[in-house]
Amino acid sequence: MNRQGRPTQPVASTTTADTITGDRALMVEQPLIFEQDSPGACGVDIPSPDSDLTPRLGSVPVRSQIGLPDLAEPLVVRHYTRLSQKNMSIDAQMYPLGSCTMKHNPRLNEKMARLPGFADLHPLQPMSTVQGALELIDTLADWLKTLTGMPAIAMSPGAGAHGELCGMMAIRAAIDHRGENRTKVLVPESAHGTNPATAAALGFTVEAIAATDDGRVDLTAFKSRLGPDVAAIMLTNPNTCGLFERDIVEIADALHEAGGYFYCDGANFNAIVGKVKPGDLGIDAMHINLHKTFSTPHGGGGPGSGPVVLSDALAPFAPVPFVVHGPDGFRLVEHQGQEDQAELSFGRMKGFHGQMGMFVRALAYILSHGADGLRQASEDAVLNANYVLARLKDKLTPSFPGPCMHEALFDDRFLKGTNIDTLDLAKALIDEGFHPMTMYFPLVVHGALLIEPTESESKVMLDRFIDTLAGLADRAQEKGAAEAFAGAPYHTPRCRLDETLAARKPILRWTPEPPMQEAAE
Amino acid sequence: MRYLPHTAEDRAAMLAAIGASGVDDLFKDVPASALLDAPIETLSDHKSELEVERALGRMAARNVPAGTIPSFLGAGAYRHHVPASVDYLIQRGEFLTSYTPYQPEVSQGTLQTLFEFQTQVAAITGMDVANASMYDGATACAEAVLMAERLTKRNRTVFSGGVHPHYRDVTRNLVTFTGGTLVEGTPDPDGTENLIDEIDDQTACVVVQNPTLFGHVADLTELSEGCHAKGALLVVVVTEIVSLGLMTPPGDMGADIVVAEGQSIGNGVNFGGPHVGLFATRQRYVRQMPGRLCGQTVDADGKRGFVLTLSTREQHIRRERATSNICTNSGLCALAFTIHMTLLGETGFRRMAELNHAKAIEAADRLNAIDTVTVLNNGFFNEFTLKLPVPAAQVVDRLAEQSILAGVPARRLYRDRPELAPLLLVAVTELTTDDDIAQLADAIEKEVRQ
Repeated sequence: MNRQGRPTQPVASTTTADTITGDRALMVEQPLIFEQDSPGACGVDIPSPDSDLTPRLGSVPVRSQIGLPDLAEPLVVRHYTRLSQKNMSIDAQMYPLGSCTMKHNPRLNEKMARLPGFADLHPLQPMSTVQGALELIDTLADWLKTLTGMPAIAMSPGAGAHGELCGMMAIRAAIDHRGENRTKVLVPESAHGTNPATAAALGFTVEAIAATDDGRVDLTAFKSRLGPDVAAIMLTNPNTCGLFERDIVEIADALHEAGGYFYCDGANFNAIVGKVKPGDLGIDAMHINLHKTFSTPHGGGGPGSGPVVLSDALAPFAPVPFVVHGPDGFRLVEHQGQEDQAELSFGRMKGFHGQMGMFVRALAYILSHGADGLRQASEDAVLNANYVLARLKDKLTPSFPGPCMHEALFDDRFLKGTNIDTLDLAKALIDEGFHPMTMYFPLVVHGALLIEPTESESKVMLDRFIDTLAGLADRAQEKGAAEAFAGAPYHTPRCRLDETLAARKPILRWTPEPPMQEAAE
Repeated sequence: MRYLPHTAEDRAAMLAAIGASGVDDLFKDVPASALLDAPIETLSDHKSELEVERALGRMAARNVPAGTIPSFLGAGAYRHHVPASVDYLIQRGEFLTSYTPYQPEVSQGTLQTLFEFQTQVAAITGMDVANASMYDGATACAEAVLMAERLTKRNRTVFSGGVHPHYRDVTRNLVTFTGGTLVEGTPDPDGTENLIDEIDDQTACVVVQNPTLFGHVADLTELSEGCHAKGALLVVVVTEIVSLGLMTPPGDMGADIVVAEGQSIGNGVNFGGPHVGLFATRQRYVRQMPGRLCGQTVDADGKRGFVLTLSTREQHIRRERATSNICTNSGLCALAFTIHMTLLGETGFRRMAELNHAKAIEAADRLNAIDTVTVLNNGFFNEFTLKLPVPAAQVVDRLAEQSILAGVPARRLYRDRPELAPLLLVAVTELTTDDDIAQLADAIEKEVRQ
């Protein structure tokens, strides 16, 4: 006791106190905005029009009630601040999602993207007033072409999958231009789901190619599929098992020999930036996920940006718009067929000119690292993944022997006989303060755990993560462990959610009355 | 290298733990001929934060931000005032630096905002349900046509000449690659197009924009009835979402799918991207919708929570049988939209729309008073078309020299249509001042008198 009669040391709590509100300090329930409606309140002061408004909407009636709630600014700020606190994020947690590349997002990039000289430019301003913006696009394009060793680039695709669509459209246009009828696209079993979905969206037939026991494309099987009907292969390199495709040059040569094109999924380019130029491997097209490799943030699911580098064979078919420079400075070619360069262009992918805000962030990241730093970042990413693989190889079951590239793949053999599966382990990891790794992908191994630490994690954090996973693997072998794992996570704003119910009876919006229970059920 | 935590000692210790003698041991699967032995020489080395700020600041300074001078640019991207709290909130690391909410227990923040977003978009468009956003309005439009083709099992689309040409081009590209046909209307600056006779029993959908590129507004009820009589769907494009604070929404006019550009709310013009595509439809079509959906459910304790749902439509489950290859939404832009829309609410959104409309009426009347200049619109929201006696592009260039961004010359969007040369698209928002309008009118008056 001190002189005020207060204890100087906290008293250890022996009971868990129920709260009156049901909230628990930082863990608070937050209703939907629609449940906080205060009609007439408003979070924005907007002056009334100077004169009485007589609408001039032609035949369109003025609308009645919209159905939006009214809230003043303090309520809105608190609402979204509280909601934000229910998220894990790379700022606060290690987030080793394989294939997703959750690396540090520098705030300098945000600051640069918000310069009015970039953020407050209208896309259709006269080109004389946006020379710096066009210079930025051109500069970023140069870096990307040089880093990949490719001669051309299409900057406009809005995300990785959109970039795939762009690359495959260029391939389709090139085949049509040659007057050929190639309908088949070869896709390894380990591919991202977007690959077959993209090929199918363009009317190609998708054929899966088997993997070898060491997790790579089976070269013999691949060659046996080649023929005059094959348009392309879509191959991720490094592949989704985190492995470099050793035979990639031979794959490219055989494919070109047979008249096909090589689409490389560049989702994992971050493993080899500054170490390998994909152009030296014989590819024809590759998208670059700026939000992964060059750390424009993921933003809870976008926006992304997916520029596509193209070989000389595909360059003439690139979409509009693109930047060119002449005696009067930079200029955008915005129309298909506008001039020589766009004569064979397959057209347009997106409104306006691409994800400018993401271009600024990516260039800030690239200039910060430079050629030396980008190479070091790739080496560190690969080093970290191999460290995880090496230190966990006896506790977990690696699917393939090392070395791996930027991500380490394990399967669920180490959980055999425990009644605990990959999902349970991942949920237990959440309680330990880590975001889970990617689970059940790639599909080529059972119960996959794909761990991508990225170069952003320190050795101290990696050791903590490794020790935690090893500890969980040990715990999984204990008697009665299955039940404990099945209930995880315990320390989150919500415990496991019923996804089956969500899909069976979809409730996709708030409605004033709770939906009626169907009496027949 | 401020972003890389390892010291040389760390790296050495880790290599030792792995049993590698150097980092290149880890790259041994790379063909030796392709492995670079040093950083690429033609590229610069790493820079400090200050150096990067200088390099990018120099490029930014070569541009004229639209906000620094009177600006009347629209045609699919609109400058509006965004409250400061929007940008503060979206920069919270828990939103900015999280991934797609595949782990719902630790993503309820993102998921609940998506559920709020979907509800707002459905309410504003007058539809039953909305998805968690698309790349932008143009790509949403293309996806809507593909969805209509799936639903009707037809592949002919009637595309209005009042729709933004970028939307048309993106749609044509995707649709024709997959074997569909687009019957394209001619540009419709006078707003007199009538598409009902174009609809036949092979038509999957009719795509119209309201207000149109040229600013015309129309009651689409009759058109939707015409579509439904032939078993076709009506897809309505909205490029200026603020218009729905005042106008009867497409849902009330019988639209089956509404696609929109949501950039006006919460997001800057950003030289064209990132923006945020909105996508709304009827409940019965949900399972053919592209893109991510967030749904309500309960957790093991029975508490309300949110998850991504109906993912059996999506590429990561269905692969080549997915409804679309889309893998991302425009998450952070959708968040900005939701926060701004929540700040506005029913009261503010309506007032904002009224103010836009009132300012546009003021500008249209002032410009229409100039001899030889005509406003082509009877009805409009916050954008209209001026017919000038001289090429609009020439006026725009001359006014840019006088620090006025006069609008978008129609030919910037229709290179192959010389007859549109006199047309100028003029947009007016709450950011436009009376003085801006006076400056524009005076300058145009001077140009056309010469």
